[in-house]
Amino acid sequence: MLVALLTLVACTTPDADNRDVSQAFDPFEDENRRTHEFNKSLDRALLRPAGRGYQTAVPIPVQAAVGNFSSNLSMPGVAVNSLLQGDLGGTGLAIVRFAMNSTIGIGGLIDAASEFNVPDHDTDFGETLHVWGTPEGAFIELPFLGPSTERDAVGRFVDLFTNPLTYAVTGSDRFWGYSASVASSVSDRGRFSETIDYILYESADSYAQSRLIYLQNRRFELGQGSATEDDGTDPYDDFYSDPYDDPYEDPYAE
Amino acid sequence: MQNSLFDRRTTLVGLAASVAGIAMPSAVLALTEQGATALVDQLVGEINKVISSGKSESAMIKDFEKIFVRYADVPIMAKYALGNDGRTASAAQIKNFTRAFQGYISRKYGKQFRDFIGGQVIVQSSRKIKSGYEIKSTVKLQGQKPFEVTFLVSDRSGRDLFFNMFIEGVNMLLAERAEIGAMLDRRGGNIDQMTADLAKAG
Repeated sequence: MLVALLTLVACTTPDADNRDVSQAFDPFEDENRRTHEFNKSLDRALLRPAGRGYQTAVPIPVQAAVGNFSSNLSMPGVAVNSLLQGDLGGTGLAIVRFAMNSTIGIGGLIDAASEFNVPDHDTDFGETLHVWGTPEGAFIELPFLGPSTERDAVGRFVDLFTNPLTYAVTGSDRFWGYSASVASSVSDRGRFSETIDYILYESADSYAQSRLIYLQNRRFELGQGSATEDDGTDPYDDFYSDPYDDPYEDPYAE
Repeated sequence: MQNSLFDRRTTLVGLAASVAGIAMPSAVLALTEQGATALVDQLVGEINKVISSGKSESAMIKDFEKIFVRYADVPIMAKYALGNDGRTASAAQIKNFTRAFQGYISRKYGKQFRDFIGGQVIVQSSRKIKSGYEIKSTVKLQGQKPFEVTFLVSDRSGRDLFFNMFIEGVNMLLAERAEIGAMLDRRGGNIDQMTADLAKAG
């Protein structure tokens, strides 16, 4: 199955990863825009009000505990993906974090590992595919889940199976795990409500904005971003290359 | 009044800075790593002061606009955001756009600062880049994993000024260029109409 998925990813890929995010590789733009409108209507009807309510009703320390609990449950999956990436250091971190937080962190409610300065570590199967050399593929807006790429969409699907806990845990325990994960998304929606509202509801093109933000942030997570020098967006390059184009023509002169 | 003082690219700049009560590195000296880091520290300090002042939102946004004009290279940021459409614009159009852009950025980001009340910005590292320095910092919010904000500082305007910011890898100027581009597209490329609407947006 995996091989089939990888081939699928390879189908819609430009020659190289498209680095210019203002012109994302987006051959499915029309469908993506429709899905984006659907996601926005869901946000307006459900997620946004839920985020606001959660933010008012639940104290910050409780929100943090729910977030910690959810993040701790993801650690066995992080360990597996780190191992698949050949990242033994990361595998160790995920195991140590899970062991510490599940015990002295009271089942994951407290991020005890961070208190002891164990560095954060997070990864997913999308990153594993990246490490294995799979290109990013086209941008896709997934219903319910939001912006993604072909590679990350496959990653999200495979990650339903990479966490050993999903096999070890059954019944109501599993329910609590999923609930914490949903609650922590709701919490984030509420916490950053001004920022997210702006992108979704005040931007002239919320689809283009969320696509740009998703791709840049994801590449940054995968260690492909943050090269602020050579990403071709130095504004001084744009204007000082043209001696007749002086941005200091005194724009404030009255 | 403050603006016209700041605009003279002469040694008066140093005087203006001291008049305004900011200990900014002298414009006569070249930008140093310490100078760039100090600028970011001061910028963050000023923003925090406004956030914790307890003023009304509209008063805070006015303060943010003053801070933005004082610490950022607004003309170059505005020109970059306007992109290729700026090439055909007249000097007056660019001037009007720059003013509208300055207010828009202050309102838009000023409102978002509310999400970051109580946040702590810690400068982590700095390095030389082509146009100046890149200052990496970590922002810590209560109950959240820390995230990375990178500030770019340059003295190519004649003063040490902030000119771009990356939040977890997201390039602010590039996002604004996309936004302004989308606004222009919706108005058939009419810069004057877009500028008028931008003056109300954010």
